[in-house]
Amino acid sequence: MKILVCIKQVPDMESRFKLNPAGTWYNDQDLAWRMNEYDEFAVEQAVQLREKTGDGELVVLSIGPERVKEAMKKALAMGADRGVHILDAASHEKDPFQIASAIAAWAGDQGFDAVFTGMQSQDRGSAQVGLLLAGMLGLPAVTTIVGFENDGSAVTVRRELEGGLKSIVKVPLPALFTCQLGLNTPRYPTLPNIMKAKKKELVSLPIADLLSAAPLVTTTATAFPEKKGGGLVLEGDVADLADKLLAILKEKTAVLK
Amino acid sequence: MKALLVAESRQGKLLASSYESLAFAGKLGAETAMFLVGNDADLPKYDGKLYLADVTAAGEYNPEEHLRLLLEVVGTENPELIVFGHTSYGWDLAPRLAMALKAGQVSEVVDWKDGSFVVPACNSKLRRTVKVDGVTVVTLQSGAFSLAGPPSGSPQVEKLAANGATKLEFLGYEEAEKGGVDLSKAGVIVSAGRGIGKPENLAIVEALAKALGGEFGASRPVVDSGWTEHNRQVGSTGQTVAPKLYVACGISGAIQHLAGMKKSEFVVAINTDKDAPIGEVADVLVVADLKQFIPALTAKLAK
Ligand SMILES: Cc1cc2nc3c(=O)[nH]c(=O)nc-3n(C[C@H](O)[C@H](O)[C@H](O)COP(=O)(O)OP(=O)(O)OC[C@H]3O[C@@H](n4cnc5c(N)ncnc54)[C@H](O)[C@@H]3O)c2cc1C
Ligand SMILES: Nc1ncnc2c1ncn2[C@@H]1O[C@H](COP(=O)(O)O)[C@@H](O)[C@H]1O
Repeated sequence: MKILVCIKQVPDMESRFKLNPAGTWYNDQDLAWRMNEYDEFAVEQAVQLREKTGDGELVVLSIGPERVKEAMKKALAMGADRGVHILDAASHEKDPFQIASAIAAWAGDQGFDAVFTGMQSQDRGSAQVGLLLAGMLGLPAVTTIVGFENDGSAVTVRRELEGGLKSIVKVPLPALFTCQLGLNTPRYPTLPNIMKAKKKELVSLPIADLLSAAPLVTTTATAFPEKKGGGLVLEGDVADLADKLLAILKEKTAVLK
Repeated sequence: MKALLVAESRQGKLLASSYESLAFAGKLGAETAMFLVGNDADLPKYDGKLYLADVTAAGEYNPEEHLRLLLEVVGTENPELIVFGHTSYGWDLAPRLAMALKAGQVSEVVDWKDGSFVVPACNSKLRRTVKVDGVTVVTLQSGAFSLAGPPSGSPQVEKLAANGATKLEFLGYEEAEKGGVDLSKAGVIVSAGRGIGKPENLAIVEALAKALGGEFGASRPVVDSGWTEHNRQVGSTGQTVAPKLYVACGISGAIQHLAGMKKSEFVVAINTDKDAPIGEVADVLVVADLKQFIPALTAKLAK
């Protein structure tokens, strides 16, 4: 079975963000980078499917600057067979349609049986690339999966809805799946596997070879949200903080007698 | 401007969130028509044209068929804007429509200003302003737009014929497990987030909940990691709660978590990150390491 997993590298969301000089996105200097959380579940599911079916191959693909190879190496250490890096120093300026177009241009004639993406990226959060890619590749797609069972030529997934409700959907392969948090337990790469991953193939292709589509959506500005509520912020020594908070709770709530 | 509003029904019932798109269209001053795969017995209160496909024929989760029906209506109405909720229905269907129309999609819109859409980025730490030329598909963040009063009216129904053919076979629903704790009855909830670091630290949060005479809850990663059971999860895919006091410990405040607790009367957040979005809904944000602060607080409460 031929499997593709698409991953994005994103900043740690606990970062203190600054804006880039153009004021259109965050400044990408001095940030800690990691694999998009949703994509970790996608990689794990792809690796499990690869292990179960035995033969075939699992390719990890990512579009972005040189640094995104770090996230790809993690996917290789988790069990992907080889990596395809689409080098684009300006990937943050591409809209989901362009990202999907570039992936489709590369993957179109490769005959993948199963494609996995995250449900959304943590920084952009468009939740579009997976479905757009499915549309371009002509594959049926199911989003937000929290369960995956492969029985030969079809897959039965659990798709998450609101309030804890799930729907159960059967899909014939080839198909695309967008993966939700909690789908599985992503493995930690072991040291031997990290070493092994260093020898795996990781090729880079320039984005210009794959992308001609113009964007459909353009970002005109990025800014910090206005603080609305403006609740009280307490900082300082822990014991003082506890006293202050208790005084507030006594005054403002009826829960402390 | 003409907008097509995509309403949503779940397990045969119209979802109230369907009216949020009407509020949004009102803000834009757009002319509207509505689309629903639902049933005759539960129509939206809306004075306008409603394109209705019967859910028993079309299937409740059948995006291929829903897309086909939508394309038919888009062909008739020629809307410049098609509006979905950013729900499990909307984020699944909207990109399929955007793809078919080759239209730009803007996901999780929270505002509209001078012809541009505003959307969150980086767990709501940033706001992006975006522009689209031509036909536009949007999904709206749940709760971002609401009608000033209760909805009223009755639609002129235009029926669509559905046949339900698809590659995706919907086999049924699976309900969340019932039983265990009922957080909706708790007056005080102290919730643990990923910031607790390891499962052993859940005890710190539990002890505070006990000292306050309440229950403990959790954010999704704590549940996904198997550190506690799903019926303690607060948020859009867990419980919706409104206690007198909600204490969020090591929780960043993602929109899906806020959806489950923002109606709480008083909110305290304990977080090492002063910029964490939970600060937006917290009455008090204590900037501290929960591993030090919570035991200190619990000890004082015990006195
Ligand atoms: C469709 C969908 C549905 C979802 N449904 C839900 C839902 O129902 N409920 C839910 O909770 N999430 C839900 N999520 C996930 C949600 O988007 C977030 O990923 C999740 O809420 C994050 O949980 P968290 O705040 O505990 O973790 P993180 O976002 O990782 O935040 C951890 C926080 O802990 C702080 N911290 C770290 N160390 C310490 C310390 N020592 N002391 C104090 N603070 C510390 C950090 O500063 C950070 O703010 C859903 C997501 C999707 C896409
Ligand atoms: N630059 C990228 N390279 C590879 N895959 C991506 C990229 N951006 C997004 N994706 C994939 O598309 C999913 C959804 O992203 P988004 O539409 O940005 O929310 C992600 O979880 C990834 O699997």
